Amino acid sequence: MLRRRLILLGPALAWWAVFLAVPVALVLAYAFLTRGTFGGVVPTFTLDNLARAADPLYLRVLLFSLRVAAIATLVALLIGYPAAYLIATLPPRWRTPVLILTVLPFWTSLLIRTYAWIVILNREGLINRGLAAAGLIDQPLELLNNEFAIELGLVYGYLPLMILPIYASIERLNPDLREASADLGGGPLRTFRRVTLPLTLPGIAAGCIFVFVPSLGNFIVPDLLGGGLSSMVGNLIQSQFLRARDWPFGAMLSLILIGLMGALLFFQAWLLGRQRREALDA
Amino acid sequence: MPDRPSRSIRSWGRWVLGLELALVLAFLYLPIAVVAALSFNASGLPTAWTGFSLEWYAAVARNEALLGAFGNTLIVGAATTIIATILGTLLALGLERAVRSTFLDTFVYVPMIIPDIVFAIALLSFYNLVFTSLLGLQLGLWTVILSHVTFGIAFVAVVVRTRLRHFDRSIEEASLDLGANELRTFRNVTLPAIAPGVVAGALIAFTMSFDEFIIAFFTKGTSETFPTQVYSMIRFGVTPEVNAIATVVLGLSITLVLVSQRLRGSLE
Repeated sequence: MLRRRLILLGPALAWWAVFLAVPVALVLAYAFLTRGTFGGVVPTFTLDNLARAADPLYLRVLLFSLRVAAIATLVALLIGYPAAYLIATLPPRWRTPVLILTVLPFWTSLLIRTYAWIVILNREGLINRGLAAAGLIDQPLELLNNEFAIELGLVYGYLPLMILPIYASIERLNPDLREASADLGGGPLRTFRRVTLPLTLPGIAAGCIFVFVPSLGNFIVPDLLGGGLSSMVGNLIQSQFLRARDWPFGAMLSLILIGLMGALLFFQAWLLGRQRREALDA
Repeated sequence: MPDRPSRSIRSWGRWVLGLELALVLAFLYLPIAVVAALSFNASGLPTAWTGFSLEWYAAVARNEALLGAFGNTLIVGAATTIIATILGTLLALGLERAVRSTFLDTFVYVPMIIPDIVFAIALLSFYNLVFTSLLGLQLGLWTVILSHVTFGIAFVAVVVRTRLRHFDRSIEEASLDLGANELRTFRNVTLPAIAPGVVAGALIAFTMSFDEFIIAFFTKGTSETFPTQVYSMIRFGVTPEVNAIATVVLGLSITLVLVSQRLRGSLE
């Protein structure tokens, strides 16, 4: 039995120990070490990196990232929930094809899909050319390199990740419950608010996490659509590593990012646990 | 029953939802369609359609740097797929058959949810310390392969596990009862039964490696993979050539994913 375990689990777990656990531990350590004079890392303990992250200059980047990710998540939820709801209530024969159709883009390159929006939004792009041809504008509009473009790109990139878990939670829902609510006099809105929405909360929470987490640490979308060198925390980390060559500070920013996400996942687990307890009490 | 929603309100609601879903699908596919359409436009510009042309595809086929990068990405993808499929399949078997551990069940998802920028700098720090400083080696395609295998294992393991759960274990027991040893049972009974799941997992691992940009960007050394090469072209600006590349890449990954879906679907 032990030999079997070793053969089956050993290779993958050893691989992850070396190429996942050790590298992440290294980032953890670097975050509290000092930057060398010519880049690199000097093994002297310091809390300077943490203090620096609280500097208004960097704090603003963190808060901006949180805001952009939150807005993208909210918009994806508002767009994604009705779509997921309809897909889940389609005739079974239609359900899987339509679901695959909505999720398929997620499996293609984010780099390419983000590029598509440059084609549409840039000064020589589809929208500007179209508006100019229609005689509606003289000067091209600046549609790229702003917060809106980043949020648009993130919603576009991760909408499938919102739809999928919400779809799953609605599909699992017993249709009798809705019927019962309607029979007892609940209107469609009331049935939705009192029955469907609370019961699909786990799906909503999962979808929000799936969109918020990759949005918060995103690099490609703010890099290509947001213009600025360090507009979001992902770009800031990248520039600390590849340009400023301040690895300890980049590591500290990464640590903060992981911390925020960890807190979020804990909150989700807590929320689901509470809901389960309430369901048991009821 | 005045409070009971009338049929007309319900069907009205379905219409609104239907319209919303149509808009969502348009939102997801129109940008891709625009790029694909432009890649066949002779002028290459979004201004006007000046006729169907394959000239931008021909230009891509002549771009040496791009072809070299494409070859590199195939090498990385193939190596990643082979290693990740073997390790991921063994892991799936182990998790399903040899241990019962909530910790490990959760841990499998860590490589999938860790932010890729954090993963990228973690691997760069590690490679830099161990390979460059200690061993004096240069980063290159091989370090990209090591990186991609790390998350590839997770995807393969998750896909193969679903297949294993739907698998009737009694045929394995029958094989053992009939005197086949464990290895033979695995080769002749278990493996053929889970093969579609293994192939589906392998295709997903390949697709993920083929499209992966950030981790490759940090760990590639002076080599270029296809996404990092395309990234520098995109940074340079919108060109008809990039439109053609984008169309090929999207077509390729969509095909791979649909094949993978089909294989996975064949178990239900």
